[in-house]
Amino acid sequence: MASLKDMRNRIASTKATQKITKAMQMVAASKLRRAQVAVEASRPYAEHMGKVLSNIAASVAGSPEAPKLLAGTGADQVHLLVVCTAERGLCGPFNSAIARLARERAHALMQQGKTVKFFCIGRKGYDQLKRQYESQIVETIELRAVRQLRFEHADVAARRILAMFEAGEFDVATLFFSRFRSVIAQIPTAQQIVPAVFETTGEAATAPYEYEPEEATILADLLPRNVAVQVFRALLENAASEQGARMTAMDNATRNAGEMIKKQTLTYNRTRQAMITKELIEIISGAEAL
Amino acid sequence: MATFHFDLVSPEKLLFSGDVTQVDVPGQEGDFGVFAGHAPFVAMMKPGVLTVYGDGTRQRIVVQGGFAEVGPTGLTVLADDATPVEEIDSATLTQAIKDAEEDVSDAADPASLDTAKTRLEHLKTLKSALGH
Repeated sequence: MASLKDMRNRIASTKATQKITKAMQMVAASKLRRAQVAVEASRPYAEHMGKVLSNIAASVAGSPEAPKLLAGTGADQVHLLVVCTAERGLCGPFNSAIARLARERAHALMQQGKTVKFFCIGRKGYDQLKRQYESQIVETIELRAVRQLRFEHADVAARRILAMFEAGEFDVATLFFSRFRSVIAQIPTAQQIVPAVFETTGEAATAPYEYEPEEATILADLLPRNVAVQVFRALLENAASEQGARMTAMDNATRNAGEMIKKQTLTYNRTRQAMITKELIEIISGAEAL
Repeated sequence: MATFHFDLVSPEKLLFSGDVTQVDVPGQEGDFGVFAGHAPFVAMMKPGVLTVYGDGTRQRIVVQGGFAEVGPTGLTVLADDATPVEEIDSATLTQAIKDAEEDVSDAADPASLDTAKTRLEHLKTLKSALGH
């Protein structure tokens, strides 16, 4: 049986852990607020971009000179899965949920005889995927040193994706990230970015727009930008989701540590009491024997 | 004077939102002014100064390209990067010009060389217009 001193040490170490998880929860809470503001601030741009793009796309769609980013390469043999995850762990099932969704998709695609390539943004996703698919990971980006996520970071990733597309290395690209619904709900999501898909609003393109320069030129500029915007949005949603997931995970950890401390203190007190009683009995019986 | 709604957004934030009487936009194929009731219009922008007129006030904002959309509800400018003129410093501009110069020397095909050169020209014009 553990000695009293050992038990005291264990209680102290559980208390120290509880302090750490508590602190992490509070840090995550304040980071979450910032991340949420960033997500909201980026929304108007993405929305307007989507609106303008779908307007233009509707007028170009079907024509033979529609750009490949919109119409696709005409094949869907090679799939690129862009997996966005966090750089750090200790955030519950956040990273594994995204990785699992990507793995499932990869598995389904491979069964159909398609080629799957991975593009990892974030170290955790890479760590999880390399066990199974190391040879298929074509690119990784780490955002470890990044404090405040900016558009440039997404732009770097988007440029690499576009360069690969231009080199004909894939036909379809899908983005995997976690959509931030609330602190307790983050939804792993797959979104196709190449060729671009638009949420059809139901109503046909409203006003007949004038374009300057002509539509094709605008489209050629907008489509690559749209990829960057989508990646940026995914990264922002991810950042908020990560903090939300961490908050929940650390809250649980703090509660569990509290329960453990309670149990350990109880055992400690019982053992201490038992020893005192034992010693008393020894003294008394010793005295009686005299 | 009639007003219309104007939104200026960059990928990172909403920079301006409100009713204005006139906005001068640096279009890629020439500057243009937008008043209330403008026809639906989409234009690319070059790096330049965007001027917002509202209620007797005038606000100048430097944009680094992007595009402008005039819809039935008003004008929306999606800027790559936007900074009020008062906050811009010559160091940022010089850096942008240096980047553009590198793009020109790095350009692989004639089309991108053309784009890079035009951008460099626009940036230089902007710098001299601001008197830096």
